[in-house]
Amino acid sequence: MIFAGFAWPLLAAGHINDLWYALPLIVAVSMVYSATRHEAMEAILSGALRIGAWITGFMAFFFVVLFLMSSSL
Amino acid sequence: MAKASANAETNSAALEQIEIDLKDPFLAAFLAWLIPGAGHWYQGRRHKAVLFFVWILGTFVFGLYLGEGRVVYASLRDNDRRLPYLCQIGVGLPALPALVQAARKTPLQFPIYEDFMAPPEVSQIPNQEDELDRLQKRMHRYWEFGTVYTMIAGLLNILAIYDAWGGPAFALAAPEKHKEDDEGDGQDDDKASKGSGG
Repeated sequence: MIFAGFAWPLLAAGHINDLWYALPLIVAVSMVYSATRHEAMEAILSGALRIGAWITGFMAFFFVVLFLMSSSL
Repeated sequence: MAKASANAETNSAALEQIEIDLKDPFLAAFLAWLIPGAGHWYQGRRHKAVLFFVWILGTFVFGLYLGEGRVVYASLRDNDRRLPYLCQIGVGLPALPALVQAARKTPLQFPIYEDFMAPPEVSQIPNQEDELDRLQKRMHRYWEFGTVYTMIAGLLNILAIYDAWGGPAFALAAPEKHKEDDEGDGQDDDKASKGSGG
């Protein structure tokens, strides 16, 4: 309801909560993918951080693009 | 025994060479499929075994929880081909009860443990609401979340299986002295070096 005052229909719709379900998947995918690329734990963790940031950035970019498209329509 | 070595990049960008004994790659790959991380445990790569076990199995179990134990089921019926199961079976043993439940769901037998991983009833009559419709209507988006989580867990385990078979993607060919030592089982070395393609 707080968001309803702002021009954020997507957030106000309550669907934002579903995005949290992406978080464990991003972490799991980053960790497992990085573990298949490296052997040392330190390298795995730093690789996972990099991949996780990349996936998050990728998703955030398309979130903003789709949000702007849906708002302007 | 197959061996591979990996360049592990540390924070200081220094290269640390780690030698990996893949033991029997095919057995390791089979164990990795059966239980996520088991293949790596067999190879003595304990930290990766724990990592794969926790994250892959955790993702699968969480997906199963979201889907109330119904999103993982095997069905090749004409009106319900459960193709996501082809991905879910990637986690191995944890997804196999679905096959048992599918085999037991006959007019003469009933699934065990209620309907856990059992294929839901589907109607042969078009547009008639059946158990699958009711499940999807009740769970709503959690049906999809559960399906996606369990599918991704299975697909991630395929990466882990490949890692158990061929070593990490950044692996290099084993050092010369080891190649000489392992002339007797040179085939395994070839398999190990295939993993160096990444």
